[in-house]
Amino acid sequence: MDKYQNTSSLRHQRMLDSLFRGVTRFFAFLVLALLVGILLSLLVGAMPSIRHFGFGFFTSTAWDPVAADFGAVVAIYGTLATATIALLIGVPVSFGIALFLTELCPVWLKRPLGIAIELLAGIPSIIYGMWGLFVFAPKFGDHVQPWLLEHLGDIPGVGFLFQGAPMGIGIFTAGLILAIMVIPFIASVMRDVFEIVPPMLKESAYGLGATTWEVVRNVVLPYTKTGVVGGIMLGLGRALGETMAVTFVIGNSSNFAIGLFEPGNSIASTLANEFAEASGELYLASLIELGLILFFITFVVLACSKLLLLRLKKQEGLQH
Amino acid sequence: MNNAIYRRRRMVNAFNMGASMMTMAFGLFWLAWILWTLFEMGLSGISLDVFTKITPPPGSEGGLANAIYGSVLMTFFGTLIGTPIGILAGVYLAEFGSRGWLAPATRFINDILLSAPSIVIGLFIYEVYVVTVGHFSGWAGSFALSLLVIPVVVRTTENMLRLVPNSLREAAIALGAPQWKVILFVTLRSAKAGVLTGILLAVARISGETAPLLFTALNNQFMSLNMNQPMANLPIVIFQFAMSPYEDWHRLAWAGSLLITLSVLTLNILARWFGGRKNQSH
Repeated sequence: MDKYQNTSSLRHQRMLDSLFRGVTRFFAFLVLALLVGILLSLLVGAMPSIRHFGFGFFTSTAWDPVAADFGAVVAIYGTLATATIALLIGVPVSFGIALFLTELCPVWLKRPLGIAIELLAGIPSIIYGMWGLFVFAPKFGDHVQPWLLEHLGDIPGVGFLFQGAPMGIGIFTAGLILAIMVIPFIASVMRDVFEIVPPMLKESAYGLGATTWEVVRNVVLPYTKTGVVGGIMLGLGRALGETMAVTFVIGNSSNFAIGLFEPGNSIASTLANEFAEASGELYLASLIELGLILFFITFVVLACSKLLLLRLKKQEGLQH
Repeated sequence: MNNAIYRRRRMVNAFNMGASMMTMAFGLFWLAWILWTLFEMGLSGISLDVFTKITPPPGSEGGLANAIYGSVLMTFFGTLIGTPIGILAGVYLAEFGSRGWLAPATRFINDILLSAPSIVIGLFIYEVYVVTVGHFSGWAGSFALSLLVIPVVVRTTENMLRLVPNSLREAAIALGAPQWKVILFVTLRSAKAGVLTGILLAVARISGETAPLLFTALNNQFMSLNMNQPMANLPIVIFQFAMSPYEDWHRLAWAGSLLITLSVLTLNILARWFGGRKNQSH
């Protein structure tokens, strides 16, 4: 009697086991399906625009809702320019911060300072935007921009980038604020990969008489370079898709201008400003196509970042 | 000669270490400046009215009650929908993920979704939900937020479950417990603090998000309890008020910013505290 009950309860539990396994597998699959779903829905939504403009969408600087003539150049330029500025400023700073946190910082300060930098990542992007528009941009326009215009505007080769009115807002300001926003992301990846360098390697270099800088330059960096690049790519992915902070300070102009002090538009800021009010099939579809382009670019960048970081992990595993 | 080289190396080192300290100061400088601005501009705007009155037309008295309520409601439902999905997917990755293609693929995609532009998530919900239903709504906002919760919870759940020692699982299995009981009542339970950390981080992330709400929840200038209608929420009210030319709207926007930032930072610190406590006990 007892025996029979046990087998049936065993069978029952086994069924529950496979049920549980199936449910968790379903949700794991759902995460995967989410990505495919996003891609497909954007593709379907963008279809009218893809059909109508074809490849010309990528070469046209037009953005005219009245005439229903749209092109992506202004938005793509704004996105890439702001992200580039963000990286040019953010990467050296993040490197310095990671270096400080791993090599120089007294142990008792490590945790509080690390948390402080991570809090920078916790501040919502809309706060960066408001602060940028009301506090930073006026100061920047009054004190820094005129100086930059005067000293960099005439340099042959790059001078054309530093043109425009010193209004405070524009592509450059957006890039600057993005830089502050990506610093915590890049810095924390760099700190984490710097910390996996085996102490033995560093100590042998110190033992040979190397200075801290030489250890970092010749031991830590070569050992972690894939991870460092992965961290930079992660920051780039964040910078490309950042919406609200950029929307506040980029100036929201859909006229094409190369100058970095000119107002512009990024893909995300165009969407944020215009999507809810857009009317007309082609207008909506063009905006969705912009979203698709943004998603595609960030997907590629983030995938590269992830692959590089995975490679570092594998390499670390091999040496142990 | 040797001395010169030595001196040069020392100098390069000192210069670079100095530069490293400067970058640290540079990072802290922005944090301090932003927080200072928020308190300076926000504190004067905070009064009881902010919590009891609804968003006013320009030029009249009002508060942010409907926006605060909408934000709390949508964050709550977003977390409620996203958390179980995230935990179950995380369980699969940690407990059943050693074989097959699904786990590595999901892990990879999840990490990409973690950093994917949130405005695209808004577009996705607009396409699949708002267009189908035909109107903006609080539910659409919650769905968009729940999609942001999922990757955060998946990631932390997996990491925390991996920290649970295998001997614990083996002990439970040796006692004859079926796998689902082992996972639910032994593994997950011992990783409780870590999973909670993940949920707190997710709430912190979505309570400041604006972009995914722009074309899902939209906005509502009245108090609305109906999740099927457009719903006011703090980030979008701040966006709208800050972009307006009215002084009194700006004051409310700063007050709202201070509220959001304080709650997000508190959640972040709470999450870290939970996480830290867990790590110390090991």
